[in-house]
Amino acid sequence: MTSVLIRVQGLQKSFGRHRVLRNLNFDIEAGTSVALLGPNGAGKTTLLRILATLSRPTAGRVTIAGVDIGANPEGIRQYIGLVTHAPLLYDDLNAMENLEFFARLYGLSDAEERIRDLLTRVGLYHRRKDRVRTFSRGMVQRLAIARALLHDPPILLLDEPDTGLDPQAAEMMNDLLKELSGGERTILMTTHHLERGLEVADRVTILSGGRLVFDAPASGISYGELRPLYDEYVGVGAI
Amino acid sequence: MKAYFRVAWAVLWKDLRVEWRTKDMFTSMAVFAVLALLIFNFAFELRVPDKRMVVPGVLWVTVAFAGVLGLGRAFITEKDRGSLSGLLLAPVDRSAIYFGKMVANLIFILVVEALILPLITVFFNVPLITLPLLLILLLGTIGFAAVGTIFSALTVNTRAREVLLPILLFPVLLPVLVAGIRATIGLLEGDTLNDLANWVQLLLFFDLLFLIVAYLTFDYVVEE
Repeated sequence: MTSVLIRVQGLQKSFGRHRVLRNLNFDIEAGTSVALLGPNGAGKTTLLRILATLSRPTAGRVTIAGVDIGANPEGIRQYIGLVTHAPLLYDDLNAMENLEFFARLYGLSDAEERIRDLLTRVGLYHRRKDRVRTFSRGMVQRLAIARALLHDPPILLLDEPDTGLDPQAAEMMNDLLKELSGGERTILMTTHHLERGLEVADRVTILSGGRLVFDAPASGISYGELRPLYDEYVGVGAI
Repeated sequence: MKAYFRVAWAVLWKDLRVEWRTKDMFTSMAVFAVLALLIFNFAFELRVPDKRMVVPGVLWVTVAFAGVLGLGRAFITEKDRGSLSGLLLAPVDRSAIYFGKMVANLIFILVVEALILPLITVFFNVPLITLPLLLILLLGTIGFAAVGTIFSALTVNTRAREVLLPILLFPVLLPVLVAGIRATIGLLEGDTLNDLANWVQLLLFFDLLFLIVAYLTFDYVVEE
């Protein structure tokens, strides 16, 4: 039996007069991987930032594990790991120092061992003493994933984690995401790559114009079927 | 409460470590401060009979303008690299981040003051390194860093942030600058701290006020 971990009810977000999210309603069960597809400006990043408590909704309600994110944002942040196309890291600290800093923010007691494990897992242990400034884009993004997993959050929010990666780095990222989505962790990932979304996720959703226009299990749909649906919902040539 | 201080300390330590490596903020503040002092020195050299008349103004104007250069960078580096979001994801009251950054800014400005005090003493031949004056300078700098850090966070999302920061900051900072300058004039004229109790109390009041307002508003300032 699955339980709802994230519940979004009547969610709206406006920046001034511009409405970015329009009455969103959906549930995400614990342990599910959801690919959130949509063109630029669809509201994907805004939705993730609201779930991460970085942005306040204009209207509506979001609960995580039954707790309203507005009522206890500090507590909710312990549940969340966020990876965006910006790495959220410090160029002038080395990989180890970056993770040590974030471990302190999260109050981790066994940080040294956890950092060593994560750096090994993302293939950066041999570069742990090097400043992030010297890393390639792919390495930075892998370190960003290690940062997001540092406090072992049950929810991982990934905002286009493969942006700007060369094919080889994107493939490594894909393997890492598949490994992560195989566990008990709940993952919500935004991406422009339909194939990658289908490959990694259990569920595929499409956000267009701030509305959720499509939601289906990834196992029940192929790329050949999803592509025309996507074009129909968001407009041909939107990506 | 332990988590709160842990986060504030982590942010402070991180800012100090990054600054130690890059020296971005310190270099710009220190170079500006030394150049400003040189200009003041040449400007006043032949025209002022008693240099003690101008030294309080020279000191506080140099600190204020050099400080605003550093404060302007306090959140820009976080914002440009997206790392501000990483900080804001910490599972703790966000004012802890403010206090970490505020103390870091305070230390950077105090280091610049430690550089310019001997220079002013040499350039203007007025002894400034006395305990009462250091206390006044510390109180003024706390107020400056307290309000400057919150305004730096407030303006970081604006397009004209470099211009907007001093425009917003200096009117609010005026009571601190006036109290600091008046107290410095008094000390150079031979007054004791007891004689200057009103100015000291005013500095303490504004330090406390700025810190409380920043504590209450920082979460709203940084949230979208």
